[in-house]
Amino acid sequence: MTPFPQPLIAKAAPLMADNVDTDLIIPSREIKTTGRTGLAEGMFAPWRYADPITRAENPDFILNHADYRQAQILAVGANFGCGSSREHAVWALAEFGIKAIIGESFGSIFRGNCVRNGVLPITLDRAIVEALGGHDVTIDLAAQTVSFKGQSHAFAIDSEAKEMLAHGLDAIDLSLTQADAIDAWTDADRAARPWVYLEQA
Amino acid sequence: MLYWQCPRDPSLYLYEQSRNCDGPQIQAATDEGKQVQRGGFALAGLRELMKEDTRQTDKRPGAQPQTLPQTLFAKIWDGHKVAQTTAGADLIAIDRVFLHERTGASALRNMAATGRKVRDPGRVFAVTDHIVDTRPGRTDKTLMTGGQSFITDTRAACEEAGIRLFDVHDKMQGITHVISPELGIILPGLTLVAPDSHTCTQGAFGALTWGIGSSEAEHAMVTGTLRLERPKTMRVTFTGTLAPGVTAKDMALHLISEHSTGGGAGHAVEFAGEAVSALDMEARMTLCNMAIEFGAFGGFIAPDLKTFAYLGGRRYAPREWSSPYWRTLKSDEDAVFDREITIDASQIAPMVSWGTSPEQAIAVNAKVPAGPERAHNYIGLEEGVQLAGTPIDVAFIGSCTNSRISDLRRAAAIVEGRKISPHIRKALVVPGSMDVKRHAEREGLDKIFEAAGFEWRMSGCSLCFYAGGEGFPENSRTISSTNRNFEGRQGPRIKTHIASPETVAASAIAGAIADPRDFAPKGGKT
Repeated sequence: MTPFPQPLIAKAAPLMADNVDTDLIIPSREIKTTGRTGLAEGMFAPWRYADPITRAENPDFILNHADYRQAQILAVGANFGCGSSREHAVWALAEFGIKAIIGESFGSIFRGNCVRNGVLPITLDRAIVEALGGHDVTIDLAAQTVSFKGQSHAFAIDSEAKEMLAHGLDAIDLSLTQADAIDAWTDADRAARPWVYLEQA
Repeated sequence: MLYWQCPRDPSLYLYEQSRNCDGPQIQAATDEGKQVQRGGFALAGLRELMKEDTRQTDKRPGAQPQTLPQTLFAKIWDGHKVAQTTAGADLIAIDRVFLHERTGASALRNMAATGRKVRDPGRVFAVTDHIVDTRPGRTDKTLMTGGQSFITDTRAACEEAGIRLFDVHDKMQGITHVISPELGIILPGLTLVAPDSHTCTQGAFGALTWGIGSSEAEHAMVTGTLRLERPKTMRVTFTGTLAPGVTAKDMALHLISEHSTGGGAGHAVEFAGEAVSALDMEARMTLCNMAIEFGAFGGFIAPDLKTFAYLGGRRYAPREWSSPYWRTLKSDEDAVFDREITIDASQIAPMVSWGTSPEQAIAVNAKVPAGPERAHNYIGLEEGVQLAGTPIDVAFIGSCTNSRISDLRRAAAIVEGRKISPHIRKALVVPGSMDVKRHAEREGLDKIFEAAGFEWRMSGCSLCFYAGGEGFPENSRTISSTNRNFEGRQGPRIKTHIASPETVAASAIAGAIADPRDFAPKGGKT
């Protein structure tokens, strides 16, 4: 995973609808292979295409505007990424080029999936998110600030997510450095709760 | 009808559950209280569980000596805390991982490609449920183009990794959150994760269960842990008694409509109160199923005798409940939650969604309120119109929310002796598992549904969501016992109203959204 740009400067595409679910970000019918690539084309298919079959574009959809065809930042409403746990939603966004999503709130599973794929989810008050849409925005992950039009707003992020994103860390590699602790815990647990442990198929 | 009888208090009868056909039976009683069956289940262990004793007896590392009153969440979480990560998150041990064919192969293949292995394959399970065909006589072929490769790839990847797969033709195949309890894979006090957002369903058994993405699934399989920020705690207490015709589905929709789809965000939610205790295990699963629609990290209910009676004798469940550990699995009396919500269950009516989010739900006899313009436009209902009486084209009974035997029985009681309206263009009953299907067929429920005009299917997720294969008639309005009424969830331009199986059944008969309380059972079988 590549480290998050320090800083990221880009024009934020405003997409302020609430409850945008992962079915909308990538409909199930757009998930055609067991791989993780080739998903960007199906991203937001119900909104992006006037005809999802011919892929005739819907000219009103924000990411079809000339300014946002290479958008790296989305400004979104409340509960963005709710619904299905499909990580394909984040894979599609990341493949399209999205590096950060600034929103009022996020679906919890989606938020976790973002962090695992190098996409920074930022939660800010709705008024700030509405104000920054359509403007050049500077995101400084180290300083935890979002700046635009001469104003700067601090955002909160847990230190775990910050560390993973800033350094582009692989979570599995990192956890395996604690393999001894995991083994010790498992041995003790096997004695305490033997019913948890089952024979292999 | 069989009821489970409490060994300590013979007056306490527990509602009969969908039994695992291949498991031994525990003590059972008829309506008259006469003991009719006895099997290989340790009743002594069950009696032990009746004792009021919540002392901390957990000796594992990470388990805290109990000094302050603790929530059930804290007991399970702390009991699974392996270590702290360098950045201060918790490394939490994961007891069970459950994969499905839609993302299972992807996770396993990606893992293999990076040279990693499943740490303990005996604790990982997989099933074909998401895109498998539900028509009788099904094969690996799916109605969705290219879907077959998801099934065959998952099969190959599971075999390679040594993971148990409940495959297309397995007699215990079914929806993850239906078969996991049927098989005793979920148990009280466990942590269980699956790449499916409705994994919270299984919290009904007093376990921490939640949905994750594919990367997290890989992490859990390889390391046996997940890196997690500790969520806050919330208790939602339902006081009083539900009115007749009102169900766990209505409790969930009521909660979400009052407190929004973000109401539970960042919180592990314990459901409690007498209206929750009164629910049978299947209804508890329905309530916990919708915790994700409430935005919660997970939803769970403290285990009680119903929980242990349900799990007794299941394939992967312990043979006896004699360990004192089980008794600790409840929130202590004075435990403090970060947030508390109390709801008077007696005031809840049958609920139906009117819009495109589960929070846009109202009592079936209420008028559509003002909501986001986009929702009104999509669903085609204006503010102020009466929801009941809205003509529908499709009725769907199924999904991890409401497809268990008790759901089908209650719907069948309404349908029996009646026919679906001629306006209905498609009506489906999709049992949650092949075991539920067999059970229903033994009771003749399939015949009742078919006589009324419903199709009777094989088990799977089916049309809870549209995968690009089978769909509903164009532009149709559906009433559905599922969990999501999102735009396009059941297909492009399909308008979905979510409700209880009773309400779906009543609406199918009426040809329009209907109040199930207006449909008294005609037949003798309930």
